[in-house]
Amino acid sequence: MLTEKTIEKLRILAESAKYDVSCSSSGTVRKGKQGMVGNTVGGMGICHSFADDGRCISLLKVMLTNYCKYDCAYCINRRSNDIPRATLSVSELEEIVMEFYRRNYIEGLFLSSGVVRTPDYTMERLTAIVRDLRTIHRFNGYIHLKSIPGASQELLNEAGRYADRMSVNIEIPREESLKLLAPEKDHQSVFKPMKLIQQGVLENKEDRRRMRHAPRFVPAGQSTQMIVGATAETDRDILSMSSALYGQPTMRRVYYSGYISVNTYDPRLPVLKQPPLVRENRLYQADWLMRFYQFRVDEIVDELHTNLDLEVDPKLAWALRHPEAFPVDINTAEYERILRVPGIGVKSAMLIVSSRRFNRITSYHLKKMGVVMKKAKYFITCHELTDGYANPIVGINELHPERLRPLLVSAAQRKKAAAELQLTLNFEE
Amino acid sequence: MTVYTFDHTLDGLLTAVFDAYALHQMPDSLSVEGDILTMFCNEVHQVRTAEDKARRVWAGLEKRLSREALRLITVAWLSEEKELSTPLFHYIYKVFRQKEGAPSIERNFSDPDVLFVTNTGRRVMHEQLRMKQFIRFQKTKDGTYLGVVSPDHNVLPLIISHFRDRFGDQPWLIYDARRRYGFYYDRQQVVRITFEDEEALPFDLDTGRLSSEVLSQDDQLFQDLWRTYFKAICIRERMNPRKQLSDMPRRYWKYMTEKQ
Repeated sequence: MLTEKTIEKLRILAESAKYDVSCSSSGTVRKGKQGMVGNTVGGMGICHSFADDGRCISLLKVMLTNYCKYDCAYCINRRSNDIPRATLSVSELEEIVMEFYRRNYIEGLFLSSGVVRTPDYTMERLTAIVRDLRTIHRFNGYIHLKSIPGASQELLNEAGRYADRMSVNIEIPREESLKLLAPEKDHQSVFKPMKLIQQGVLENKEDRRRMRHAPRFVPAGQSTQMIVGATAETDRDILSMSSALYGQPTMRRVYYSGYISVNTYDPRLPVLKQPPLVRENRLYQADWLMRFYQFRVDEIVDELHTNLDLEVDPKLAWALRHPEAFPVDINTAEYERILRVPGIGVKSAMLIVSSRRFNRITSYHLKKMGVVMKKAKYFITCHELTDGYANPIVGINELHPERLRPLLVSAAQRKKAAAELQLTLNFEE
Repeated sequence: MTVYTFDHTLDGLLTAVFDAYALHQMPDSLSVEGDILTMFCNEVHQVRTAEDKARRVWAGLEKRLSREALRLITVAWLSEEKELSTPLFHYIYKVFRQKEGAPSIERNFSDPDVLFVTNTGRRVMHEQLRMKQFIRFQKTKDGTYLGVVSPDHNVLPLIISHFRDRFGDQPWLIYDARRRYGFYYDRQQVVRITFEDEEALPFDLDTGRLSSEVLSQDDQLFQDLWRTYFKAICIRERMNPRKQLSDMPRRYWKYMTEKQ
C-alpha cells in the first residue's frame, strides 16, 4: 500500500533521475495482447506531458535508489554529495508504474539506479523488477532499462529479454577526461556492456530467422548520452564519437546533455552560470543532419571548424562554407541536393520531389508547402527566380557568404550565442 | 458565379460532385445551407443528399485514389471545418477529370486544393496524436476509467482502436465534452454513447473531474503522486515555458491532472 512517504521517495528519486535526458519511447511496435496491459506504438513514440523546462515526459523516469558507491564528479548522486537519499521498494515501484500507465500518464518505465554493493547486485534488482512487471503484472508497455557497467553477461541477457531498450551512458567522449572526473570508471566499462547488448540483439535476430516466435531481445536497440560542456571536448570529438556509434548496428539514439553545474564545489568542473543550451541545441541539429539529411560528420566539423557555429545552425553553416554547391534548381535537382538547402526540411523536400512531376514549382508553391523562403531564397532557383533582367537573381554566389551571413542571423540569435560564449570562459584565479 | 449548397455531410459533398457532372457544371464554391452566400452568385443549386449517388462517387474514388489518399479525405472531413468544403469538392471533382494513366493528382501538392485537403488532414492527425498523449483517466469506484476531452476536431473515432488495443483489460469511457458524445468500452466491445440527462453526469464537463462519491479511493493519491513527479522532473536551470506551450498548448490543460 502506498502512503505519503512514497510521494516523498518518488520526488527524491525523480529529482535524481532527471539529468538523464533520454526520454523516447520509440523503436518497437508491439500490439496489445490478451490478458496483458499495454502496447507500444513505434514511430516517434508518445510524449504524455511536457514539464516546465519543455522536456517531454514519456516514460516514468526514476531511479530505484540514489545511493551510489561511485564518486563521479559530474553526477548529482555521487557519494560525497549531501542530498536526500531514498530507495523505492520493488512492490511500490511496480504499483506506481501500473497505476500511472492505466491512467495514461506514461508510456512505460525508464529505470536506472545508483550502484550499491556490487554492479551485479544492483543489476539483479533492476532485472527482478522488469521481470515482475512482465510476468506478474502482465505489463506490455515500454521499458527502458539502464544497464549497470560491470554487471555480468548472464544478467544482461536476462534483462534484455524483458526490456525494449537498454542503455549505457558514455557521459564523456574522451577517456582521459572521463578518468579525470570519474577515476573509478574507464571507457572499457561502458563499451563492454554496449558490446554485450549488441551481441545479444544480433544473436537474437539470427535465432528469430530460424524460429519466428523466439522471444525478442532489446527490440528497440540502445541509446547513450554524452555530457556537453563539463570537459574540454570539442564538438568534433563529440560528433565523431556519435558518428562512430551510429555506425554500430544497434545504436539508435545519442543524446547530448548540456552540463548543469550540480556540484559547484568541485575544482575539476567549470563554473557555468547557465547550462550551454545553444551548444546543446546545435549538437542535436548536427545529429539530425547525420541521421536524416545524409551528412557525414566530416562535412559538419573538420580541422578548421572543430566547434559548431553557435550563431547559425550547422546546415546553414555548411551552406555558407560551400557556395559552389548552390544554387540548387528546385525543378530538376535530385532529392539529396534539395535536402541540403537551408530552409527546406525532409517534409518539404518530399513534397517538392513528388509535386514537380505535375508542373513547375514556383516560389509561391514552395511557400505554401512550408519552405522557409527567408532562408531558402538565397540558395535556390525555380521557375520565376531565374528569368533574366526583370528579376535579377540575388543568391549566395552574387552576395558572397560573408555578406549573406549577417542577413540570416537575427540580433537575438547573436546575443544568445555571445552570452553563452562568454559564460564558458574560464577565469582562473 | 455558380454556387452549390449542401447539408455539410460527407454524403452531401459527394452528391454535389455527382450533380456537377450530371449538370455539366463546375461550380465555383460549395457552401453550407443556411450560411450567407457570397456576393454576385447568379446561380445557386441546392444539393439534395442522396445516398446512392454518394456511394457511386465514392466507388469511383476508390478506383482512382490510393488507400492513403482515401483515408486522408475521411480524416480531413473529421476536421468539421466549413472552409474545407470547397477545396475538398474541387479536389474530388478534379480526380474524375483526370485522364487515364496520368499520375494521380493526389501527389500534386502544388495544386492548392490538394494541398489544402492534405494540410487539413495533417492537422486532424496531429490532434488525434495529442489526444493519445494528453487524455488522463480517473478511476471510478466500479473500476471504470474515465477520460474527458474537448478536441477542436472530431477525432475520437480515430483514437478508439489505440485505446482498445492498449487498455484491453480495463473498462473505460472517453467522452467528448464539446460534441457531447463518447465511447464506452466494457472489455468486450466499444459502443458510442450519449447522456440524455446532463444534470446527472457524475463528472464536471468543464474540468472533467469525477465527483468524490464515484471517484475510487486511491485515485486521489495517484493524482498527487503524478503531480509531484511532474514537478520533480523539471530542471529549474532549463526553464522553457515557450517550448512547453508549443508542445502542449494551453487549451488541453483543463482536463490534465498535472495542470489542474
